[in-house]
Amino acid sequence: MTTIAPEAPRVHADDVSVATIDSSRIKLDIQGLDFFYGKGQALKSVSMSVARNSVTALIGPSGCGKSTLLRTLNRMYALYPGQRATGRIMLDGEDILRNGVNLAMLRAKIGMVFQKPTPFPMSIYDNVAFGVRLYENLSKSELADRIEESLRRAALWDEVKDKLHASGLGLSGGQQQRLCVARCIAVKPEILLLDEPTSALDPISSAKLEETVTQLKSDYTIVIVTHNLGQAARLSNYTGFMYLGELVEFGETAGMFTKPVTKRASDYITGRFG
Amino acid sequence: MAVSASRIASRQIANLVFAGFCILFTAFALAALAAILWSLASQGIGGVNLAILTQDTPAAGSTGGGLRNAIVGSILMGVEAMSIAIVVGVLAGTWLAEYSGQSRYGSLIRFLNDVLLSAPSILVGLFVYQLLVERTIGHFSGIAGGVALALIAAPVITRTTEDVLNLQPTALRESGIALGTPVWTVTRSILWRAAGSGMLTGILLAFARISGETAPLLFTALGNLNFSTDMMQPMANLPKVIFDFALSADDNWRRLAWVGSLLIAATVLAITIIARAFAKEPNRS
Amino acid sequence: MSTIQDTAGRRTTPRGAYFEPVFEGLCFAAATALLASLGGVLISLMIGGWPAFAQFGLGFFTTSTWDPVRQIYGAAGPIVGTLVTAAVALLIALPVAGAVAFFLVELCPPILRRPIGTAVELLAGIPSIVYGMWGLFVFAPFFAQTVEMPLMAAAAPGSFWEALVQGIPNGSGILAASIILAIMILPFMAATLRELLMTVPPQVRESAYGLGATMQEVVMKVTLPYVRRGAIGAVMLGLGRALGETMAVTFIIGNSHDFPTSLFASGSTIASTIANEFTEATSPMHTASLIALGLILFLITFAVLAMARLLLRNQTRG
Repeated sequence: MTTIAPEAPRVHADDVSVATIDSSRIKLDIQGLDFFYGKGQALKSVSMSVARNSVTALIGPSGCGKSTLLRTLNRMYALYPGQRATGRIMLDGEDILRNGVNLAMLRAKIGMVFQKPTPFPMSIYDNVAFGVRLYENLSKSELADRIEESLRRAALWDEVKDKLHASGLGLSGGQQQRLCVARCIAVKPEILLLDEPTSALDPISSAKLEETVTQLKSDYTIVIVTHNLGQAARLSNYTGFMYLGELVEFGETAGMFTKPVTKRASDYITGRFG
Repeated sequence: MAVSASRIASRQIANLVFAGFCILFTAFALAALAAILWSLASQGIGGVNLAILTQDTPAAGSTGGGLRNAIVGSILMGVEAMSIAIVVGVLAGTWLAEYSGQSRYGSLIRFLNDVLLSAPSILVGLFVYQLLVERTIGHFSGIAGGVALALIAAPVITRTTEDVLNLQPTALRESGIALGTPVWTVTRSILWRAAGSGMLTGILLAFARISGETAPLLFTALGNLNFSTDMMQPMANLPKVIFDFALSADDNWRRLAWVGSLLIAATVLAITIIARAFAKEPNRS
Repeated sequence: MSTIQDTAGRRTTPRGAYFEPVFEGLCFAAATALLASLGGVLISLMIGGWPAFAQFGLGFFTTSTWDPVRQIYGAAGPIVGTLVTAAVALLIALPVAGAVAFFLVELCPPILRRPIGTAVELLAGIPSIVYGMWGLFVFAPFFAQTVEMPLMAAAAPGSFWEALVQGIPNGSGILAASIILAIMILPFMAATLRELLMTVPPQVRESAYGLGATMQEVVMKVTLPYVRRGAIGAVMLGLGRALGETMAVTFIIGNSHDFPTSLFASGSTIASTIANEFTEATSPMHTASLIALGLILFLITFAVLAMARLLLRNQTRG
């Protein structure tokens, strides 16, 4: 994830194309973002905008920095000394990279789902209630309503409504991943970050999760990292193609997949490398 | 070049001798275990009766008597030791796994804890003697015995806690953090729970380790011929009773020493087996 | 504080956030307590033992008179006893531990692997004092009958062998203590070695077998060299345990402060001397001398254990 491929094909320096988004629709605005793991630089001057209530996909070969970019958006990297980001990431007009940002609050606003399902070692009910209990004092019935709502939105309710107090570890991989989605949205975030959420799932579970994401699109701003180009094409409104820590091309998904502007994006999308 | 047949034969013979040697010595080790268990059973079981639990250690030359004061003393000091060691060990192990990062102080403590794991227990006894018996309390006491045992149990718990926490996937921590959870809540509510059975194994093994420890008690708890639950006073304990009684010429005392050994060995073996059972329980999903 | 606004009207900090530094502080304090306890052991031994070093100087290490009546203390007897018993125990335990580990990894039928592995672990779990009881009442008479008597009868008068085996054939003494120690450290060494051998990648073993190597050749020339550093560490760990072992030795070594001259002679180790005399020490100088002995034991075992851990660290922990 952190290594950078040693050999890059020779390309023109101007082989970059980043579309802009109408400022009234911007939820997150990334400006000149550099990212370092110790001495290694993993992101080079990335600038792009994430539109409100839409899905933005990040694609690119392994090690291109797409997961790193995702992990700067909720400042997950701040857990690790030696990792740092410079530049600006404006969330509703406020720079989240600034010192003194309330990280817990930031993360409560920006949910994240990981590659492998990470159910907590507790019941399904407690998994979903976990984040809610940290931030809100809800009555028992309010909490139960919130949990039902979250599980419904994650398309898991019908499968687990009779065993809410069974361990979350007993669910199938696909169910566990939807449980993680439910756990995120129970906290009522504004943005969801999905880091290759279907890479550990079988095709049927993947399809179910994609369906869930499609349903969430209207209410949340979603950023998804994926290896699966088809998934990016199916789910997203905007796509960013990253290569060697650079954002090479960014624009509307439809355009990106039908007529990419840059040679590198076109090579990747047509399967010539990556 | 032809492969020499005699060379192959001599290699085969060497191999057979080596295998025979491995089997023989393994049999020898198992025989030692069997011999010890057999001695304990044959010498100890005959002396077991209800009085062991209901009567205190007898005077020399008398008949009968039991080990009640020693058993109760051992349990009291064991409880004290484990209460201290669990708190210190779990927190220290958590610090090493979750907070120490790459720091040099962390490596130092990890290293010293490993040394402490197998340091001679009698030296811990000397330390606690000077710290508590000589300077603070002024006389031998159950408290001091428990502290000495705690110093032996804590490194075991620290090490296993750190090891099992390190086995937990990073994504589990991060998904807790990603909900805006404070790190310590992630640690308590998610990691400790996920690592629970491994931590319990460590705690049980630590308990097994101290339940037979003798050397650190000799000059901390000392011993007490009478029944006492006063932790501020010298306190009877099984290992010390065995030590004193075994080296005496009194047949009744020797009988009690064997019974005491049987009790300790049975306890330790039972705890070890239970701990292994916990350790095998799959909980790493 | 941040101006990241809370739109949903919730808490601005999660429940429990204020205790975060408290918890981290507690964890840090607990870790530091471990450091402090090891430091405390060292410092208390230095303070307590100082009078003896001041009084006897280097003579404390080189003379073997240990006389509480005349207040003369020389620790050469226990020091040499400690080193000799530990070394002999290691010599005995090493081949056996190796054999057990090789058996479990290479030869053992899979069905027996768990039970035999557990049995070896149980052997490690038996408390020292139980080994002491067994050594005194079961092993010593057997040892006197079947080893000491025949050997003493067989040794030619005036020969080196006679000197090596002289003493009272009562089953206790340096060699008997070493054998009990060997039985005690065997399971630790076997278990550690086994764990190390299991870390050898299967391809390495299989490619050696694939070349037609025999089991003995695979073990001695491939897998054991593969884990060499760790194996030395395992041996040092066993040595560390043998050096500091107290109760079992106290039961069977005979407890004489004389300089040990033969394998069957009574002797003492540092730990057994402290265990026997500390609560009955007659004078401050006696106590100080015993604590000084403890300091010597601490330094020896610390060096050995530290070496063992450094050698083992790279192989058993990431």
